[in-house]
Amino acid sequence: MKSVLYVLSAMAVMGLAFWAYNENYQTQQALKEVDRLQRDIGERREALAVLRAEWAYLNRPERLNDLVNMNFERLSLLPLTPEQFGRVDQLSYPVAPEAVTLEIDNSVAVQGDQP
Amino acid sequence: MIRTPLRPLARILRARETGENPDAIEAENLRLRHEEMRDKSRFQAEGRLLVLSVFFFCAFALVGARMGLLAASEAEEPRARATGAAILAQRADITDRNGRILATNLFTNSLYAQPPIMVDKARAARELARIFPELDEKELLEDFSGSRKFLWIRKKLSPEQKQAVHDIGDPGLLFGPREMRLYPNGKLAAHILGGASFGREGVHSAEVIGVAGVEKAFDDFLRDPANGGRPLELSIDLSVQTAVRQVLYGGMKLMNAKGAAAVLMNIHTGEIVAMVSLPDFDPNDRPTPALTGDPADSPLFNRAVQGVYELGSTFKIFTTAQSMELGLTKANTMVDADAPMKWGRFTIREFDNKNYGPKLSVTDVIVHSSNVGTARMAMEIGGVRQKEFLRTLGFLEPTPVELVEAPGAKPIYHSNWSEITTITASYGHGIAASPLHLAAGYSSLLNGGTLVKPTLLRHDSVALGPRVVSREVSTASRDMLRQVVTRGTASFGRVPGYEVGGKTGTANKPKHTGGYYEDKNINTFAAIFPSSDPEYTLIISMDEASDNSSDKPRRTAGWTAVPVAAEVIRRVAPLLGLRPIIEEIKAPEVTLTSN
Repeated sequence: MKSVLYVLSAMAVMGLAFWAYNENYQTQQALKEVDRLQRDIGERREALAVLRAEWAYLNRPERLNDLVNMNFERLSLLPLTPEQFGRVDQLSYPVAPEAVTLEIDNSVAVQGDQP
Repeated sequence: MIRTPLRPLARILRARETGENPDAIEAENLRLRHEEMRDKSRFQAEGRLLVLSVFFFCAFALVGARMGLLAASEAEEPRARATGAAILAQRADITDRNGRILATNLFTNSLYAQPPIMVDKARAARELARIFPELDEKELLEDFSGSRKFLWIRKKLSPEQKQAVHDIGDPGLLFGPREMRLYPNGKLAAHILGGASFGREGVHSAEVIGVAGVEKAFDDFLRDPANGGRPLELSIDLSVQTAVRQVLYGGMKLMNAKGAAAVLMNIHTGEIVAMVSLPDFDPNDRPTPALTGDPADSPLFNRAVQGVYELGSTFKIFTTAQSMELGLTKANTMVDADAPMKWGRFTIREFDNKNYGPKLSVTDVIVHSSNVGTARMAMEIGGVRQKEFLRTLGFLEPTPVELVEAPGAKPIYHSNWSEITTITASYGHGIAASPLHLAAGYSSLLNGGTLVKPTLLRHDSVALGPRVVSREVSTASRDMLRQVVTRGTASFGRVPGYEVGGKTGTANKPKHTGGYYEDKNINTFAAIFPSSDPEYTLIISMDEASDNSSDKPRRTAGWTAVPVAAEVIRRVAPLLGLRPIIEEIKAPEVTLTSN
């Protein structure tokens, strides 16, 4: 009975040792992976910063202005003016003819004064 | 444990037989027992002390060993933990109010040399001089062959230049990583941003420090890793700034001006939406300040903030507003405006020696820009109250704007506020302030009468400042300024749909030797729009402008600064999201006319 107990505990110790060994190597592997990922993230962030800077540089108003001027024939873009910016009810649609009531009973010239 | 009896029977009996005192035996035994007990408890106590001292020794040894280990070992980032607030860059970005980048960092390399490990010094010097035209081959070779062990060659390299240096293939030419500051928009907001340069430099990195403008004013914020890379949000709007700069540049050329400045401010919050000073510079390549000549002629000079000049008639509205606030006059009160006015040895004249008098309403004093009218009103107000009012509006102190240059731009005025100062200050002479002061003053007076502080930072909401003038006075002043544009000196300022109101100001430039130039002016136009419910204040100031389109050069603000301001408003108002106010369309009228 006693010898069985000894064998079992010896096997348990060996098993635990194997498990600890395995776990140790897995941890080191995971740390290496984390290192690699951190470096990767760092590089990507750097690349992102460069791209953002480049985006800002390519979209600088001066360059856009030049591009608009170069492509004026195709785009015909002009600065926004107040006339292009309003509400629909501010537009002066042509007045319907029936809205104008005229009673002309003498022979004088009629001069319309439409806004 | 066998307990020895204190009076063992055998010894007692023997003692009794021999006639000895048996109590002596008991006493002797008691003594022995006590001694034994004492020895035992001492042994126990000593054991406890030993255990305790071993425990303390181990604890202190552990702490000591850990401290030693921490001190001796190389610092290491915690690797197993997920990254929290990572340091993204050495210096945070600066963005405009919509998040568009005004300043950011770029990774680049610096070039240094270690002459002792160089292979072919002559060839390296020759090749370097070929790649970088500003380097001199002879000087380089001298440096390389001298006793120096280390020298910097370039602080920043482009990737192409780096490759070219690589191709030289000399092991003594080495690169150090660098973060450099980049302003992708070039000259656009040069005076606001300022610029940056390297501080302490090492091989592996260099400090980037702000040298002027916002970069210097917020140096600590931008470099604070605790912000986690959060950008600094300015109140500037990139597209508005572009439009203002473009129009102002055109206006400056058209009006033959030496320089120009513009400030566009949100009238309610004091946020500066655009601020331009021309001529300007490229902050990527900041010029060195000139050591000779007038610093005001340098492109580094920020006219909008540092340009402290007499602002002329734009000050008149403050005089009339204070007079109305004190209840001395109303908008339609007739005041004495009989020119010229004699005061002591001084004579106060109107522009071009005109006489608008003998009596003018307060509104017409503003509309015709009558010096005599405001002078009389100022005398009624009195110097003490006038000075106090101007102090409330911030005209006697440097502006609190977040630029490192701002505290140096102190308004200039006589320390002794005499009666003649009262008279001249009422129409903007004898007191010099910057366009930014004027923008803040106009905003405070005309936004309903609450004080605003100029700021370059984006604020989502701003608490209402203390009251400067009553709402009625503010409204009446706006009405007067509107009339200046509809029927007064600023008739070129009309912009259909935006109800521009404003006041012109023309002041002669002071000579350095004293006195004033006859033919050099500072022309200022201070405008608000739309004047019925103002949203923005615009100040345009032009240095030595003259309109030469007719036979005689016209140097008044009405001919120079006003048309430029009108064009700025026309361009900028739609960008700011202001819808034009369109007059009501009347029903079609038919008129009968006879032929």
